[in-house]
Amino acid sequence: MENGLLEVRALACVRGDRQLFSDLSFSLQAGALLHVHGPNGSGKTTLLRAIAGLVLQERGEILWNGTSSGKEKDAFNRELLYLGHHYGLKLELTGYENLKVFANLSGAEISEHEVEAALRRFGLAHCVELPVKVLSQGQKRRVALARLLLQSSKLWILDEPFVALDAAAVELLLEVIKTHVANGGMVILTTHQAVAVEVGSVQHLHLGQ
Amino acid sequence: MFNLFKFSSPASFYPLAGRLTTLFAIASVILLAVGLYMRFFVAPTDYKQGEGYRIMFIHVPAAWMSMFIYVVMACWAAAGMIWHTRLSSMMATSLAPTGAMFTFIALWTGALWGKPMWGAWWVWDARLTSELILLFLYVGFMALESAIDDPRRAARASGLLALVGVVNIPIIYYSVQWWNTLHQGSSIKVVKGGVEASMSEIMIWTLLVMTFACWFYTIAVALNRVRSIILERESDSMWVKALLQGAKS
Amino acid sequence: MRDLTLAMRHRSDVLTTVFFFIIVVSLFPLGVGPEAQLLKEMAAGVVWVAALLASMLSLTRLFADDYHDGTLEQLLLVPQPLSLIVLGKVLAHWIISGLPLVLMSPLLGLQFGLEGDALLMLMLTLLIGTPVLSLLGAIGAALTLGLRGGGVLVSLLVLPLYIPVLIFGAGAVTANAMGMGAEGHLSLMGAILLLALVLAPWASAAALRISVE
Repeated sequence: MENGLLEVRALACVRGDRQLFSDLSFSLQAGALLHVHGPNGSGKTTLLRAIAGLVLQERGEILWNGTSSGKEKDAFNRELLYLGHHYGLKLELTGYENLKVFANLSGAEISEHEVEAALRRFGLAHCVELPVKVLSQGQKRRVALARLLLQSSKLWILDEPFVALDAAAVELLLEVIKTHVANGGMVILTTHQAVAVEVGSVQHLHLGQ
Repeated sequence: MFNLFKFSSPASFYPLAGRLTTLFAIASVILLAVGLYMRFFVAPTDYKQGEGYRIMFIHVPAAWMSMFIYVVMACWAAAGMIWHTRLSSMMATSLAPTGAMFTFIALWTGALWGKPMWGAWWVWDARLTSELILLFLYVGFMALESAIDDPRRAARASGLLALVGVVNIPIIYYSVQWWNTLHQGSSIKVVKGGVEASMSEIMIWTLLVMTFACWFYTIAVALNRVRSIILERESDSMWVKALLQGAKS
Repeated sequence: MRDLTLAMRHRSDVLTTVFFFIIVVSLFPLGVGPEAQLLKEMAAGVVWVAALLASMLSLTRLFADDYHDGTLEQLLLVPQPLSLIVLGKVLAHWIISGLPLVLMSPLLGLQFGLEGDALLMLMLTLLIGTPVLSLLGAIGAALTLGLRGGGVLVSLLVLPLYIPVLIFGAGAVTANAMGMGAEGHLSLMGAILLLALVLAPWASAAALRISVE
């Protein structure tokens, strides 16, 4: 497998009539984590969405392994796992079914056993068979996060992943992120919580200054 | 070599559009005056339809314009989609109201003309029906454009709609025509063809002058509108601020 | 497939669409009067217009749920062509909202005094035509995603595009009744269906990308 290298060059994004940021450049290598800081409305979410390819940037380019991520969309998407403010869970389906759907869509072959193991790891063993709508906010978030264990994506883009999680779950998520980075993965995340994200190499990016 | 792409940026296009607006506005007024004069005083009375046919000199150019403008609009929209140039989608946006206006004029004058000629304000003739559907397409375009708050999303979404519309126009047109022949018994035989065949040279000239007047009017109005759209959307950028400062002092 | 399971958990939605269809069709005789001959002539047109309205009614739901719970974002990021996913969703929409209309149509045709051959033709045209309605409607639904008054806007955008299908669909039944043969109409509808199958998912996918931004 290729090494994985994300480069952002002279990126500028606009929301409505407002220029959020311009001339933003950085690069992220395998085994590194990027922590994006900034006050509300400074464009953190937009930046993450632009990198994921959900928002079209005004100017600049985003390169994955040297080619534009927009041009090689399928190849880039295979390496990408994006978790935003919305969990993307179907309320009528059970946690198990939800994860199965994502796995099928991403083309990964995943056994029932693995799905159950992932849910158990996030402390959801007892609600495998319950529809997601009866779960609490934190439990829903955990179901969504269980995807991290199931897909072998290289680049994780996590927008406020610690929201609604209790202390134990925060610890667990940090653990999962650390393992990912240690195995040569890449993580881009934002958070307002005072969570000490300490892994191999942490880069910081401050928006809205 | 003359660099066309230089003018694809709003900042450099703005002053150019200003000059062109004046130019085309003057040209359109002159042509309109000449055309109206020819229309009322020079063109002879039609032997079959009397004086009433003179409304054709506004009806036919308006109908032509309504269709041309949609195609032009779709071209700008396509350009905007492919090259992501902001100016192209602004052009598409600024053309739509004028196109809808011409469609409306064509329908309205058509009704005025139809009353004495066919004895009815409205008949479900193929051309009339397609023109009406065209009006719906324009209205849909403008409604979508104004329903979306984010100007960039609005421009891209309505641009896509214009493209979908332009693919559909021929299909709609031919299906309506076919529908019309199927129901021919109920509609009145259209006599338009008769007029055009028997048109004298002076009538054709009048029609041409009027058509060009409409063209220049469209260009002038669209450019003027695009200027205000540019100002609105780029109100944050340096050059617009400088411009407004200059205007105040 | 996932959409179908979901739809099955919202079974009442399917019934709403079908009943809407039936009510609209039943309103026409009440408005026009019960003369059998007149109703017979109108039957195809009425059923078709009602089918148009009914399939449009359910359109706003096509992407709205996915949009609100964030599934749509995830679908955009899947390493598969988005137009294929859209095609799948449209197919599910058709099975839920189009197919029941096709199955109901003979019953409604009977109400209007249509007979054997004409009923069959009505069903056949709806069978070819309703997928086109779903396909074109998907474009409108994708464009108006998340907008205020999206439902009304969808009808404004989509109904003009439905016109050819309406003309050929109702026309085929009429032509058949007049003994002129409806092969021409049917093959044209087939052509429109093919065209829509190729172009509409692509256009809807582009519209979704714009709307999710």
